[in-house]
Amino acid sequence: MDWQEIVSRALSREVRAVSRLISIVEDRRAGFEDVYAAIYPRTGRAHVIGITGPPGSGKSTLVDKIAAEYRSRGKTVGIVAVDPTSPFTGGALLGDRLRMQRHSLDNGVFIRSMGTRGHLGGLSRATSGVVDVLDAAGYDYVVIETVGVGQSEVEIASLADTVALVQVPGLGDDIQVIKAGVMEIGDVFVVNKKDRPGVERVVAEIRMSLDLAGKYSGHHGPATAMAAATATATATAAIAANAWHPPILQTMAESGEGVAEVCEACDAHMRCLVTDNALVERRFRRARSETMKIASDLIWRGLADDARTLGAAEGLAWKVARREIDPYAAGRDLRELVVS
Amino acid sequence: MMDEGRKIRVLVAKPGLDGHDRGAKVVARALRDAGMEVIYTGLRQTPEQIVAAAIQEDVDVVAMSILSGAHNYLFPRVTQLLRERGADDVLVVGGGIIPDEDIPGLQECGIAAVFTPGTSTGDTVKFIRENIKR
Repeated sequence: MDWQEIVSRALSREVRAVSRLISIVEDRRAGFEDVYAAIYPRTGRAHVIGITGPPGSGKSTLVDKIAAEYRSRGKTVGIVAVDPTSPFTGGALLGDRLRMQRHSLDNGVFIRSMGTRGHLGGLSRATSGVVDVLDAAGYDYVVIETVGVGQSEVEIASLADTVALVQVPGLGDDIQVIKAGVMEIGDVFVVNKKDRPGVERVVAEIRMSLDLAGKYSGHHGPATAMAAATATATATAAIAANAWHPPILQTMAESGEGVAEVCEACDAHMRCLVTDNALVERRFRRARSETMKIASDLIWRGLADDARTLGAAEGLAWKVARREIDPYAAGRDLRELVVS
Repeated sequence: MMDEGRKIRVLVAKPGLDGHDRGAKVVARALRDAGMEVIYTGLRQTPEQIVAAAIQEDVDVVAMSILSGAHNYLFPRVTQLLRERGADDVLVVGGGIIPDEDIPGLQECGIAAVFTPGTSTGDTVKFIRENIKR
């Protein structure tokens, strides 16, 4: 198959072609930019949902059940499951699929596992491209499962239309939820393993955190009043303009309890994005971040491939090491050389 | 530290009904440490599920382990399904408790190598590196 044929077959959702196209994009094989140009006009139709949360919080099981729920509603689902690549050997054990194998014979579900391949942030560098392939192939939903995240892997927020942040009881105290980072990116909060002790506390802590951000509207207690009083004019305006209030849902992914509500919340979030005209904004942000990343990759590659700049970089680095100039001055000199 | 571009992708699967996956996990770990991307699908997989997963994941290799004695049915069924789906460029290897006299028959059915107990994981890695078809 030449690439035109792979593209045309992938666009009609032929599994083998979709799969091959993903490899071309993921490995940046020869001609991948032509392939990308051919599929890109067909993207933008899928609802992209990111599922993120700490290791062992039940993300894979939840994704499995979310896929089943959307399938029961007659929708098709593409899944991208990311697991970490070893920084030492470059190898990876991709185990998310283990919990999703019952979908493997269903033509309406496509599952692809990816290693992070040296990229930080919870995704791999190529995840965005793989999402685009599944989107172009016509899957109604593309669900991305990030690696198990710690506190600062928030890249999913710039890729997904809706981010579901999964938490479980027993991971830490209430300071964890007021820290900056992943707690700020949830459009839907899922407290999984709700049969475990401490679930009410996790829910209360997330609620408090949302309250302080002026995002929670579930009750009108003192915390809400306080938040409203201290909120900036913008935040108050946003509340008035019917902004999205992230729901906090309790689930037991293993049994499927609460999963339908998660799907409904994701759909409701998408409807809200559309009515508030916020979808355009989100997708613009994604396009901007992707464009900047690609440009910086290309510039960096140009830099690393060019003997003249490499020589200059080495000379400047020696000067910095000998304390003759500071690293910012060296960086500016190098930039002058590259753009001139 | 890491190579960019192409990586060897391997699906490690346990077809059939036996519940012993220690060997499969040891192999999965060894392939990971050899720099490969290993997709682990777990226990009790049907040949149909294994082949569907191999195609979606676009793997170079399918590695299966069987301890139940059903290898003469399950291994050839996987290679047959791969051929039917046009994916016969995938290297298929097997391991587990396989009597010596069954090995030539399995190789005729397209199982490129059968690794029985005592094989070093280094040999498995080397065989895969030298024999992948694409």
